[in-house]
Amino acid sequence: MNLNLLILVPMLTAIGILFCKGLKQVRALSLVGALVQLALAFNLLVKYLQERAAGNNAAMLFDYKQAWFTALNINYHIGVDGISIAMILLTAFVVVAGVLVSWTMETLNREFFFLLVFLSLGAYGFFISLDLFTLFFFLELSVIPKFLLIGIWGSGKKEYSGMKLALMLMGGSALLFVGLVGLYFNTATNGGSYTFDLLEIAARKIPVHAQMIFFPFAFLGFGIFTAIFPFHTWVPDGHASAPTAASMFLAGISMKLGGYGCLRVATFLMPDGAAAYSWIIILLATIAIIYGAFATMMQTDLKYINAYSSVSHCGFVLLGIGMLTQTSVTGAVLQMVSHGLMTALFFAVIGMVYSRTHTRQVAQLGGLLKVMPFISSVFVIAGLCSLGLPGFSGFVAEMTVFMGSWQNPDPWYRFATILACASIVVTAVYILRATGQTVMGPITAAHQELGDAGWNEKMAAVLLVAGILVIGVMPFWLNDLVQPGTTLIMTKFLR
Amino acid sequence: MNDLFIILKQELLLTIIIFVLLTLKVGKEMGNARLLNLVNFLLVVNFLAGFFFPQDGILFNEMYHTNALVILEKNILNLGTLIISLQSYAWLKDHQHVSEFYILLLSTLLGMFFMISSGNLLMFYLGLELSTIPLAAIANFDLGKRKSSEAAMKLIISSAFSSGLLLFGISLIYGTTGTVGFAGITTHISGNPLQVFAFILLLAGFGFKISAVPFHLWTADVYEGSPVAVTSYLSVISKAAVLFVFVSVLYTVFKPLADSWYYMVSLLAVVSITVGNLFAIRQENFKRFLAFSSIAQVGFILVAITGSSAAGSTAVVYFVLIYVFSNLAAFGVISLVSATTGRESISDYKGFYKTNPVLSWVMAIGLFSLAGVPPTAGFFGKFFLLIAGAGKGNYILVTIAAMNMIISLYYYLRVIKAIFMDSNEQPIQPVVIPAYPKLAFLICIAGIVSIGFVRFVYDYIQSLSIGF
Repeated sequence: MNLNLLILVPMLTAIGILFCKGLKQVRALSLVGALVQLALAFNLLVKYLQERAAGNNAAMLFDYKQAWFTALNINYHIGVDGISIAMILLTAFVVVAGVLVSWTMETLNREFFFLLVFLSLGAYGFFISLDLFTLFFFLELSVIPKFLLIGIWGSGKKEYSGMKLALMLMGGSALLFVGLVGLYFNTATNGGSYTFDLLEIAARKIPVHAQMIFFPFAFLGFGIFTAIFPFHTWVPDGHASAPTAASMFLAGISMKLGGYGCLRVATFLMPDGAAAYSWIIILLATIAIIYGAFATMMQTDLKYINAYSSVSHCGFVLLGIGMLTQTSVTGAVLQMVSHGLMTALFFAVIGMVYSRTHTRQVAQLGGLLKVMPFISSVFVIAGLCSLGLPGFSGFVAEMTVFMGSWQNPDPWYRFATILACASIVVTAVYILRATGQTVMGPITAAHQELGDAGWNEKMAAVLLVAGILVIGVMPFWLNDLVQPGTTLIMTKFLR
Repeated sequence: MNDLFIILKQELLLTIIIFVLLTLKVGKEMGNARLLNLVNFLLVVNFLAGFFFPQDGILFNEMYHTNALVILEKNILNLGTLIISLQSYAWLKDHQHVSEFYILLLSTLLGMFFMISSGNLLMFYLGLELSTIPLAAIANFDLGKRKSSEAAMKLIISSAFSSGLLLFGISLIYGTTGTVGFAGITTHISGNPLQVFAFILLLAGFGFKISAVPFHLWTADVYEGSPVAVTSYLSVISKAAVLFVFVSVLYTVFKPLADSWYYMVSLLAVVSITVGNLFAIRQENFKRFLAFSSIAQVGFILVAITGSSAAGSTAVVYFVLIYVFSNLAAFGVISLVSATTGRESISDYKGFYKTNPVLSWVMAIGLFSLAGVPPTAGFFGKFFLLIAGAGKGNYILVTIAAMNMIISLYYYLRVIKAIFMDSNEQPIQPVVIPAYPKLAFLICIAGIVSIGFVRFVYDYIQSLSIGF
């Protein structure tokens, strides 16, 4: 399959949107584009499995290389393995759902959908990049649309939140840039020319002292995107102020860019650095998990609750990566996919509730199950997935992370694992409290007449719930998909 | 004899245009609209002519030289001048002295051409003076405004001062090497303290012209007071010309002093980026804002220059080309708005998107490119500047520069926020975009969007690059 299609379709959609007139045309085109992309993603999955079944054991499939800046040996190089495909599927799901929940966006709708599609373009490009320049390009591509989406269509202190998000992510990019450049100039110590090519760098030996310097830059750079403690502060404000679809994209896709990058670039290319600094990663991840969970308990706004719990849940991703065992790294990828779907669902539901009740304060809500049974049920499903109930994707992912983490025999690492496990209890407290108060109990008089979800909202929710359930009930297929990719990364640590 | 005409073709063509305009001035008065049509046509011809009959050559005892890189640099300047001319249409069409404006403007361009082509310090100095003195005259071209004459005064005094420094440096170089020819200087320079001192003086002179910190103090005032067309010319064209010369002088003439200037230029780069950025945050006037942002941009260019590699000189020319498009996109909007409404402060632009969506997007794309955000060309430009700077292993410099990207993003986003998100009780009324500025915007936007993806631009510049 030609991977360029994954970039071309959003690009054409975005350009087409500029020529559309009126909300109806814009949203129809966006939806068609998103659905085509979803179909492409499934097609990619099928083709990939066929190739693998046919015995194609290349590290990356369907790769395509085009020289870009020859003098610096920069190429446009794309290709996929199982991990990328999992992330692409996640992106495609969230994009379709995001377009559906924005169905009635009135203000500046053309710009809104243009930016949404543009944002997804950045994510797709990022996940299929095999050249660090291409990857960095697509990563930065997604920063500004977020700022505009939050600043123009957001609520609350939107300008502040948008600016904070843009600047912190730019800070991440700046650190990452130094890391990548340092890596680039250390790729030719044994002869050859400097290169940004991921696979080529992986095959070469980067000097250990260079890894010690540049691993922190690269990891922290990506880490900021995935809300590493103490650089997580853009998450709550950004998510809370963003319009619903942007929140879904932010938490569902954008934060995963960071996790993917930490794994694919920082850890894969600089294994000695990763091994040496893993204790710091684990320390920060554990703090994020515990701190995020307790901070969530204190929140009264539904969006803040989900945002802080995202900090906590993304901590599991970093924990899995930091533990550096085959299982834990696989778990980290599963957690990225699972959290992406789950949190997108959560934000979608919160958006639906908010658009009807005009409040996100838990204390002002109650008994919604009576008037909006569908929305409330989905709310409960999202909550149960978030607290890791078996049968949902959250359980699978977190369980894998914990199992993998325990395989690391270092007593301190095991201590961290225990702490992380314990956070589940806290998660249960805040999730059950929030869902209970919102969905059950007596209903506020003002909310008596409210209606249930429309067809578009139902479609969005069903799509995401389906994703969650498929992973929850049949985790092995995702596991098998991801496994070769993580094995490739882990072979770097077995030398 | 034939060679003389072909080698000097760009200078000669400009001279002819200047004389045509002079003759027109003598004859019957022409309407402004017709005159502007004619001038813009001539400038298009001038720009296109740059691409024909390229020939390397040396003239007048090595006083003057030209090669493919020099021709490319002149073409970039020609293009920038053409864009500025198109953008100034709204301002010039009611002005009393259009032909004088162009005569002076093109004289400075001619000076820059000689400066870029110089193979001798005297020739260089001559070109430099020709490129600054008429500029001071057109900085005063908002005839009714006191600020405009203040700007002209400040420009002339500060350039006189920097010329003094340059001349002192040149005389010391002459004293220690016995020659003012570039080739001779390179062979005779040994790095003794007096020569290093002379070089520092030269560096200070250059620092003034490119307004690198700590020689930047004139910039903001002059930019604020001058008419927008002149401001954009100052910040794009004249800066670009001096930067081109700066690179070639450092990389060829003062190559033997590379160890000393490496640290000096690094230092200039760090302070320029940081000071430029920090001051840009607090500016209210749009022109002052862009003045400080351009100081920071020069700092980024200096980072690449420290790399002293082929990648460095490529990155500088490549970035300047992008900078021409991006800065002129922003300036074009300001120029149009200022000419029709007279409003120039950033807070005036609050709610601009509601009344002028097209201009807002032009401005936004220009600013994003200046901030180095993909997919605009600025991203590629900045990336290559910094990667060239990192080539020598000076990661501290690169880290400082990269961190400064955050600050610069902040102030550019502040403007974006004002345009797209803030509300305003008295927004700028919808501005009609005349055909010429529209064309200019199209050129700028096309450049910003495409340069990064059109491979041969970088490859071509790279094939001409110098470095060691």
